[in-house]
Amino acid sequence: MSLTDSTPTATTTAVNPTVQVPEPPVRGRVAHGGFVHGILTNKKALFGLAILVVFALLALLAPLLAPGNPSDFGPEASLAPSGNHLLGTTSKGQDVLALTLWGSRSSLTVGFTVGIAATFIGCLVGIASAYFGKAIDEVLSLLTNIFLLIPGLPLLVVLAAFLPPGPATVVIVLVITGWAGSARVLRSQALSLRSKDFVAAAVVTGEKAWRIMFREILPNMASIVMSTLLGCVIYGIGAQAGLEFLGLGDTGSVSWGTNLYWANNDGALMTGDWWVLLPSGVAIAVVAFALAMINYAVDEITNPRLRVEKKG
Amino acid sequence: MVFLLRRLGFYVIAFWACITLNFFLPRLMPGDPVSRMFSQVQSQMRPDQVDALRRLFGLDDRPLWEQYIAYIGKIFRGDMGISLSRFPSPVSEVIGSQIGWTLLLGGTSLIIAVILGNFLGILAAWRRGKFLDSVFPPLLIFVGSFPYFWLAMAALYLFGITLGWLPLSHAFSTGLSPSFSLKYINDVAAHLILPALTIVLVSIGGWMLGMRNTMIATTAEDYITMARAKGLRPARIMFQYAARNAMLPSVTSFGMSLGFVVGGALLTETVFAYPGIGYQLLTSVQALDYPLTQGIFLTITAAVLAANFLVDIIYVRLDPRVRVS
Repeated sequence: MSLTDSTPTATTTAVNPTVQVPEPPVRGRVAHGGFVHGILTNKKALFGLAILVVFALLALLAPLLAPGNPSDFGPEASLAPSGNHLLGTTSKGQDVLALTLWGSRSSLTVGFTVGIAATFIGCLVGIASAYFGKAIDEVLSLLTNIFLLIPGLPLLVVLAAFLPPGPATVVIVLVITGWAGSARVLRSQALSLRSKDFVAAAVVTGEKAWRIMFREILPNMASIVMSTLLGCVIYGIGAQAGLEFLGLGDTGSVSWGTNLYWANNDGALMTGDWWVLLPSGVAIAVVAFALAMINYAVDEITNPRLRVEKKG
Repeated sequence: MVFLLRRLGFYVIAFWACITLNFFLPRLMPGDPVSRMFSQVQSQMRPDQVDALRRLFGLDDRPLWEQYIAYIGKIFRGDMGISLSRFPSPVSEVIGSQIGWTLLLGGTSLIIAVILGNFLGILAAWRRGKFLDSVFPPLLIFVGSFPYFWLAMAALYLFGITLGWLPLSHAFSTGLSPSFSLKYINDVAAHLILPALTIVLVSIGGWMLGMRNTMIATTAEDYITMARAKGLRPARIMFQYAARNAMLPSVTSFGMSLGFVVGGALLTETVFAYPGIGYQLLTSVQALDYPLTQGIFLTITAAVLAANFLVDIIYVRLDPRVRVS
């Protein structure tokens, strides 16, 4: 939880550090096209990508599909889903469909921002740790392990309690609690690349450290970076929802988390307005599932052991 | 031994980092959370208590390092200040009265999830591509995709409100006082089922997939082929040969997932108004009760670190390679 720990949403195989890391493909042998081809011919990946594209479109088109401010109160309160309001209305008369559509904007933006930022920091720390080794590795690994061990959600709550509320705070807090898991996975992968000949050759030719790290090592672990990114985005979306559900996020904005927060606060459960709670939760789950499916596919493509043998 | 000492050193550093974070957070925050907190309680406190609080949050004139040393000293004496929302109980007392519920909820669900998840993982890897292996992983990933608290609310709505099978909130019925009677224990168990069920549902997928993947690697080893060639019973190969060796990563994740369970318990406890420290953490934040917030955070961290150290000790027993190197 997601949050949260280990990295809170480390339920997917790729983020799980215990899974055997596949041998990194050596440059040239597996062309970049092989990976893209693998993704585009993998059913799970296509399924996940299709769902993501649909959600991205809905988020972009929210102002057209549901014009006006979605949180404005309306006269028709607590209506069950019908032709007028496809997903019903809240006890304040807001249209649930509009809230869900608009909510996807904040949730997806924050989720992807957090995911990208956390993966970036993870890359930086993990690769630097593996490349420089010795004291730098000791210090960075120590830092990573401390952040991995501190329980994520309680830390999230404490940080959110002290920082001034707002959208930036949510992102910062989620990145602080989310980067360590990716740093650990990326470090172990970078470590195995560090001992390869082409890195040694680059060092001997006198290439600059940052160039070796980001132009030589990084491209060769693209698939691991990719699955870490997906894991971090799942974490970001889930953790934002959790934080906002607790009322510690940016309660003024419209996101899937705040929708659920208000639904719970207005007692939607007790009055039996299940339709207010359903859409945002399902949306989070479907997006997370789509990302997990892509992740699963990336795993299968890069780790042949996990592929089910084809018969015949 | 060297391994354990190294680990112990690491946990001490990690705990120190948490204390330091706790110390600096209220002092470095923009705005003034501390005076906000004071404005609501000042009237009901004695002057010396206000003074103690001021010191705890750095509103005194001593130099920073002196405050810091005094702060660490206090923590190690177990003095985390006085709770504001439950005035005048000390923070440690409030935590002590509630940690049991979290341990009960978190412990029960963790143990069930670990045993069931690993068992399913072993079976799935053993019968690659069969029913269990093809249906459960995607299904569990899907269930695991739902936010913790949302599943909790769904379970609450379905089994608590609509069907009325199980109680809606709290750890035991009002009017019942804690005792060792059968009635009380049954009541506690009934209140435990829904929150525990949601935690198990969300976390079981990770255990199953992790175990499945290591198990697949293990079953490809030569000694498994050898065991088969010797004609050992499949169940014996599966559990005593393959699963036994595939178990190690699960032991490591057990330690790691403790923090996750505490976090998950926080959300679940909130939905069910379960009186554990997770729920208390949230209420303390809402009530601007910073001493209690920080005390709970430190307690949770200390518990997770201690549990991880225990896992390390077990690990040394289980894996001879650690002892040798």
